[in-house]
Amino acid sequence: MSRSVAPLPGRDGRVRRHLRQRWFRYATGALALLVVTVVLLIVQQLWVQSRPTWSEWGLGFLVRTDWDPVQGEFGALPFIAGTLLTSLMALLIAVPISLGIAILLSEYAPRGLRDPLIFVVELLAAVPSVVFGLWGIFVLAPLVQRHVMPAVAGSPLGLLPFFGEPGPGYTLFTASLILAVMIIPIIASLSREALMAVPRDQKEAALALGATRWEATRHVILTYAKGGIFSAAVLGLGRALGETMATTMTIGNRVNLTWDYFQSGYSMTAIIANELREAASEIHVSSLVAIGLVLFLISFLLNSVGRLLLMRTNAPGT
Amino acid sequence: MDTASSRPRGLRLRLRHLRDRLLVTLCLVALVLAVVPLVWVLWEVVGVGVRHLSWEFLTTLPRPPTVGGGGWANAIVGSVVVVGMAMLMGAPVGIATGIYMSEYGDNPLGKSARFLSEVLAGLPSIVAGIVAYGLIVVTMGRFSAVSGAVALALLFIPIVAITTQEALKMVPGHQREASYALGVSEAGTTLSVVLPAAMGNVLTGIMIATARIAGETAPLLFTAFNSRYWMEGIDRPTATIPVNIYAYAISPFEHWHQQAWAGALVLLAMVLALNAVARSLWARRARFMAGH
Repeated sequence: MSRSVAPLPGRDGRVRRHLRQRWFRYATGALALLVVTVVLLIVQQLWVQSRPTWSEWGLGFLVRTDWDPVQGEFGALPFIAGTLLTSLMALLIAVPISLGIAILLSEYAPRGLRDPLIFVVELLAAVPSVVFGLWGIFVLAPLVQRHVMPAVAGSPLGLLPFFGEPGPGYTLFTASLILAVMIIPIIASLSREALMAVPRDQKEAALALGATRWEATRHVILTYAKGGIFSAAVLGLGRALGETMATTMTIGNRVNLTWDYFQSGYSMTAIIANELREAASEIHVSSLVAIGLVLFLISFLLNSVGRLLLMRTNAPGT
Repeated sequence: MDTASSRPRGLRLRLRHLRDRLLVTLCLVALVLAVVPLVWVLWEVVGVGVRHLSWEFLTTLPRPPTVGGGGWANAIVGSVVVVGMAMLMGAPVGIATGIYMSEYGDNPLGKSARFLSEVLAGLPSIVAGIVAYGLIVVTMGRFSAVSGAVALALLFIPIVAITTQEALKMVPGHQREASYALGVSEAGTTLSVVLPAAMGNVLTGIMIATARIAGETAPLLFTAFNSRYWMEGIDRPTATIPVNIYAYAISPFEHWHQQAWAGALVLLAMVLALNAVARSLWARRARFMAGH
């Protein structure tokens, strides 16, 4: 009996057959591993190129306010401040608008209207940044200078320390407006997904108890989707921080540490876009890359937190 | 909308319904606020761009601003070459990663690849430019089309990986089981059963990713850089449409501003056409798959 059975494959044979069956899994896995290592490659590149700056000033680079390539003085604070001010203002404008769109699309819009509207909002996300920048230079900035800034300055908002004398058209304020337009699609579509993930019976129960549609939306849907909306805002903030061309073309590009939105300023992305290509000295290049490293770390952190929150809140069974 | 039986009677109830209407109106205002800039940008780009778009613009080299005339033919070719190279580099990696994440990815490697792809897709594009600058421009000692392509490939890969995974996940599991039951290998099942079924959506994802990188400017500023001449090789500085739009827009010359608008029209037409086709295909397929 045992003679008729083929000899069991040895260890070598089993390994070979295993490989023959599994090679594809390992080959695609190797490329997936490559994607994982790209993140390490980015960190390594940014770190190596920015080392001279860190060894010259250490973390003090982040709070230094001088930027003078001729004298060799470099500090990141005016750029970090400009980026934070414009991104936060953009978020402040974009979140209510995005939430309104998300509620409209998920709770109110009739089915036939919903898909075309989603399509339009997604087209907004497809317009290249440099086209928004072009529009910003020639259309939005003059308009903001002539009408919007005087109007804001004349309103009660003008009493806030953030709004001084209306200045030229290229200001932190103009950049914030463009950023707001550009991050609305991502915040709106992620919020909409969060709202749609709320179980329908929850809302129906509220309606059955006599709530109006708005009351059901506010007390049930929004409460349920809070986490998803928050992570949408975090991811939107990440986009705003890293946005380059539209900001560079409208922020004014002046090294100017201020919280007055009606003045020209500078952002982290804009200084890199403007100077890296022509930077001559090693310390100049490394200071620009150092700003890039800080930008990468902030945006990596925001993106990770946003995605993790999204995974947790949108996971089934929670 | 209200029928006689549900019409609010008490004042309080009427107020509640009024507030309901008011807030829906506010949501509508929000939608209008988002759509107005889009329509406005399209209006300006098409309106101004069409006036300055010409056969000469599409087929000739740039000329000095004082002379007038001239075109962006070199930048159009440059954009196609740089984006094409980025696709050639990025598509195999992105598709393979997507296949792994969808078919074999229920493990730490697959999950971290998915997570990092999502994080990378949200990364500032200028960072990709800095990486390509350090890796290639500094090493080669000059700006080049290939360094721009590497920067764009870094942005291309995560988007393709995510969309490929989503596309493959739409293929019903029983198709894989049927294939395995017939004795087909893992590679055979994925390559000749799952991938063909999902091919349309994989290509759609590639189109969306291509539209995204075709409009990228920031990573090209200090990699592909710019040039006033026909492309001399992939190891040389190369003009692209987005970088040209930026350079011409911030120049002091009226004639160049007009060309920037014409270039924006060309770029926008390409990007929106890719997106519109891709999204309508995806939506149709998604409905088709859901129906079965």
